[in-house]
Amino acid sequence: MIVTTGLTKRFGQVLAVDRVDLQVREGDRYGFLGPNGSGKTTVVRMLLGLVYPTSGTMEVLGASIPRHVSTVLPQIGALIEAPSAYAHLSGRANLMVVDASGPRVRGGRRNRKRRVADALDRVGLGGVDDRAVRKYSLGMRQRLGLAAALLRSPRLLVLDEPTNGLDPQGIREIRDLLGELNAAGTTIFLSSHQLSEVEQLCTRVGVVNRGRLVLQDDLSRLRGPTGRVLVRTPDAGQAAAVLGGRIVHRDADRLVVADADVAQVNAQLVTAGLRVTEIGPERRSLEDLVLSVTGSGSDRFGRASAPFPGMPGSDSVAADGTARPRDAGAEPETEGSSQ
Amino acid sequence: MIGVELAKLARRPRSWVAIALLCLLPILVAVFVAVTHVAPPPGQGPALLSAVLSNGSLFPAAALAIVLPIFLPISVAVVAGDAIAGEASAGMLRYLLARPVGRTRLLVAKLIALIVYVLFAVLAVAATSYLTGIVLFGDKPVALSSSGITAQGVIANSISGTGLTPADVLLRTAGAVAFIAVSMLGVGAIALFLSTITDSSLAAALGAMAALITSGVLVALNAAASISPYLPTEYWLAWLDFFRQPILWRDIDRGFAIQAVYVVVFLGAAWANFASKDVTS
Repeated sequence: MIVTTGLTKRFGQVLAVDRVDLQVREGDRYGFLGPNGSGKTTVVRMLLGLVYPTSGTMEVLGASIPRHVSTVLPQIGALIEAPSAYAHLSGRANLMVVDASGPRVRGGRRNRKRRVADALDRVGLGGVDDRAVRKYSLGMRQRLGLAAALLRSPRLLVLDEPTNGLDPQGIREIRDLLGELNAAGTTIFLSSHQLSEVEQLCTRVGVVNRGRLVLQDDLSRLRGPTGRVLVRTPDAGQAAAVLGGRIVHRDADRLVVADADVAQVNAQLVTAGLRVTEIGPERRSLEDLVLSVTGSGSDRFGRASAPFPGMPGSDSVAADGTARPRDAGAEPETEGSSQ
Repeated sequence: MIGVELAKLARRPRSWVAIALLCLLPILVAVFVAVTHVAPPPGQGPALLSAVLSNGSLFPAAALAIVLPIFLPISVAVVAGDAIAGEASAGMLRYLLARPVGRTRLLVAKLIALIVYVLFAVLAVAATSYLTGIVLFGDKPVALSSSGITAQGVIANSISGTGLTPADVLLRTAGAVAFIAVSMLGVGAIALFLSTITDSSLAAALGAMAALITSGVLVALNAAASISPYLPTEYWLAWLDFFRQPILWRDIDRGFAIQAVYVVVFLGAAWANFASKDVTS
C-alpha cells in the first residue's frame, strides 16, 4: 500500500525526514508514532504530494508519488493535521465544495447530495443543521474533517490525529468507525502522538524520532510477554521467600518474578498457602517502547540542567495545546495483568 | 473547478460588499454634483466629471475615473491576494490539493474567477453609473474634441467638437471598460503571484498595493522618467483617449502591451512558484 525507500526531506538547514523506509501493507491499521516535530506530518504531506521529497522514492497504492498523484489521490481519504473548512459555509455546503473539487467521477454531480449525506451519517453529523462551520465545536469540526476524508469511499485513509478534540464517547465512536472501515477493506494509516489511541486501534506501528524511523513492527510482536510475571500479594515477604532468587524487584506488595510461566508461579504461591491479589505476565507497554526509542519532542527546549532529568517532556504542553504523549498515553504499569 | 471557484467567490459576502462600495462612490459623487451643480473646473478633479453636467451618458467614464486610482485596485488586489493565500490560511489548500486538484488547474480556476470578478466589478460600476448619469444629468448629444474632454471640458463641446451618437459613446465606453479590466488584471497578476508566496492574503494584497503606489510615485517623478514607460500605472489613464475625437491610439496600445507583459510575467512566476512549492500550510 505504502512503500517508501530512503525518503528524505530537508527544509533549508533542517533535516526533517531522514532516510525513512515505511512499509504499510494492504489491510493494515498502521500507527505512525513520534514526538511532536519528529517529522510525522512531513512524511504524511510527502505521501499526499503536498511536499516534495529531497531524495528517496515513494510508492502509494502501487504508483509512484508525486508523479502519479492524479490517479492515486482520488483513492485516498486524508485528514491532514487539523480539519479545515470554509468557516462561513455550513458543514454540508463545505462537503459539497470539497466533493465538487478534484477529478470528475461518474455520476459525480447527480449523486453528490447522497454522497455528502452518507458521509455525514457515517461520522454522526447526519442531523446537523445549516449553521456555519464557524459555530461548530472542535469535535464537530473533527467529525466534519473525517466526513470529507470518507466522501469517496477511499481504499486508504491517511489520518493525522483523528480524535483530537473529541470527548471519550466520540473517540470510541470514531475508533469503532475506523475498525468497521478496516474490516470492510480500507487500509488505515494513523499518524498520532496519542499512544493509547494507537494501542487500541492499530495492528502495526512505526515510530519516528528526529526524522528517522526507529521502529517498525507488528504491535502484537512488540507487545509480547517479557518473560516475567507480575504478582500482587498481601503476603509479599513470604512470597519472596518461596520464590527465592527469581524475585527481580519488590515494591511493598508487588513482586516482579523472572519466570515465563504464570500458572507455575501461581501454583507455587497457592501451594504455600499465600494469598494472591493479582498475577499475570508482564508485557511491555507501547509507552515504554516508544519512550525507549525516542527522546524528548523537538518542541521542548530545556536548559542543560533540566528540572526533570530522564523524564522527557513530562512537564510541557505542546504548542497546539494538546497534552504530551506521556500524559495522553499513560497507563498503569500492570496493565493486562489482572485475571 | 472553475464553477467551484466562481461559486466560492459569489458566496463570499465580501465580494458583494466590495462591488457595492465601488458602485456607491460614483453615485455619491454624482448626487453632490447634481445637487450643487458645482463641477470641478475642467482639467481638475476626477477626469471627465466637468463634462458630465451637460451629458449624463458620459458618467460611466467619469465613474471609472473616480474608482480607478484606489478603490478598484484595492478590491482586485484583495480578491487576487486571497486566491491561494486565503486557501492556505483557511487550511483548505492542503485538502484541495489532496483531493486532488492539480496545482495548475487550481491556479487557472482562481485566475478565471478573478477575471470574471474584475469584469463584473468594472461592468457593475459602468452600468450603475450610466443609470445614475441618465437619471441625474439627462442624455443630450455629446461633442468631443481632439484635445479631449479632460482638458477642455464643456467648452470643448461647443468650440471644436463633433457630435457623438449614443452608440458611439457606448462603443467608446466599452473600449474604456476593456482597457481598465486589462489594467486591473495586471494588478491581479501581481497579487496572485504574491498570494502563492505568502500564506497571508492580507500581505499579498498589501504587497500588490505597495507595488502600485511605488509605481504611481515614480510615474509622477520626473527624475524617474527613463523607467516610467515600463511601470504598471504609467498608462492607466490612457483609456481617456477613447473619449478624444479621433481616438488617440498610441497610449492605449502601449497600455495594453505593458499590461499584457505584466500579466504574462507575473502569472508565469505565480505558476512556477506554486507548482514547485512545498505546501506546509
